[in-house]
Amino acid sequence: MGKFWGYRRPDGRVGVRNHVLILPTITCATQAAKQITELVQGTVSFIHQHGCAQVGVDYEQTFRTYVGLGANPNVYGVIVMGLGCETHQARSIAGEIAKTGKPVEVVSIQDHGGTLMTIAQGAKIAAQMVQDASAMMRELCDFSELIVGTECGGSDACSGLSANPAVGVVSDMIVDHGGTAILAETTELIGAEHLLANRAVDDKVAKRVYEVIQAMENRAILMGVDIRTGNPSPGNIKGGLSSLEEKSLGAAAKAGSRPLQELIDYGQVPTKKGLVSMDTPGHDIEQLTGMVAGGAQVVLFTSGRGTPTGSPIAPVIKIATNSGMFERMRDNMDLNAGTIIEGVETIDSVGKRIFAEIGSVASGKLTKAEILKQHDFGLWRIGPTF
Amino acid sequence: MESTYRVVMMKPIDKVAVVLSNSIPAGTHVAVTCQEHTFEVNLKDTIEFGHKFAVVPIQKGEDILKYGEVIGAAVRDIDAGEHVHVHNLEGKRGRGDKVVNG
Repeated sequence: MGKFWGYRRPDGRVGVRNHVLILPTITCATQAAKQITELVQGTVSFIHQHGCAQVGVDYEQTFRTYVGLGANPNVYGVIVMGLGCETHQARSIAGEIAKTGKPVEVVSIQDHGGTLMTIAQGAKIAAQMVQDASAMMRELCDFSELIVGTECGGSDACSGLSANPAVGVVSDMIVDHGGTAILAETTELIGAEHLLANRAVDDKVAKRVYEVIQAMENRAILMGVDIRTGNPSPGNIKGGLSSLEEKSLGAAAKAGSRPLQELIDYGQVPTKKGLVSMDTPGHDIEQLTGMVAGGAQVVLFTSGRGTPTGSPIAPVIKIATNSGMFERMRDNMDLNAGTIIEGVETIDSVGKRIFAEIGSVASGKLTKAEILKQHDFGLWRIGPTF
Repeated sequence: MESTYRVVMMKPIDKVAVVLSNSIPAGTHVAVTCQEHTFEVNLKDTIEFGHKFAVVPIQKGEDILKYGEVIGAAVRDIDAGEHVHVHNLEGKRGRGDKVVNG
């Protein structure tokens, strides 16, 4: 227990996958990037609507997210693909990713004579990069080198009783092995902030918990809306959740019981080991993207209603809160924590089972989302585009 | 056969319990035990899997507790055994709709 087979990167970090990432820095390059992934096995990419006409905090956040995804240790090398005229310049992003020491190349549609020439150029570079990547050997690594993201989506009333507390057990086990567990979903901490703040390592971190959660709540208040029109979602409500506070108390169970070391920005790499919290929205794909940009190599995703979600870069282990949904959605769900509800297994034993699965997945076992090529990307945006 | 129904109440101070088996029909008598406390409840509504019912009477405006924490307030008086959900419980947080703009 506590070891896995990973890929050591030039910056010392360890990957659990060996992807070549085609990173489109702008919407206009996403289709060409996707076409390269169809030509060259071993490459991954994603579709998005960002990278241009963003200013201030959104500019910074998008830039940080792109860099973080490229720098994620699950990525062997990156081809940064731009259009040419966009705000988020491919060359600047490539320069930041290159600081990790991994192979990074830039292709640009306006500079390479259009879509077909760019695809040809990109595919040629990608093919070589994939072959170089394939020569890498896995080595035995310690769980202390893992950053594990935690997430819940499509929650039901069982989430806070089975899968989330079981992930809490895992979170504690990761921390006790010297690794890092990320709690996220600021929206879904509204109403549970006092429980988290009480576990902060110092007053500064505790104050930041209240600030970040207050800022999220204030967005709803400033807009003059009832936050329940978006969260809990109709599916959450059908599953028995009545209010955001109720959902939050269940969601916070994922954080286990260890002290909160720091609260980091969206897409930021943790500076401390142990339990950390990332400021993200509750939106599944946006928070998943933020955690992977923050360096998470593996993500645990609990669901009561079921979900197909995955990442192009990090394996996402999906855990059902109840056996009925697990049976109905076996295509998508990896593990079942519904046994806790039935009294067949304890929260602790399911936690140990999830922990063992992290070891298997980190060593190469594919998750359902990977097998189905569920390559989702969602970026948290704060303001408008211009 | 009420013993076939699974119901969980997290903390003795909670006002609600959650149904964790197939739905329990209205009229069923349920004994809910939490630590050393037992609540005898006659269900006024059919309660679906994952949904909550009041284990004690709750007054309009009163905080509703689950996990020993506040999950919202009652928008009307709720009897023991009634379904507690969005029709009679309102969240108190993120309520921009309740802010009066000057």
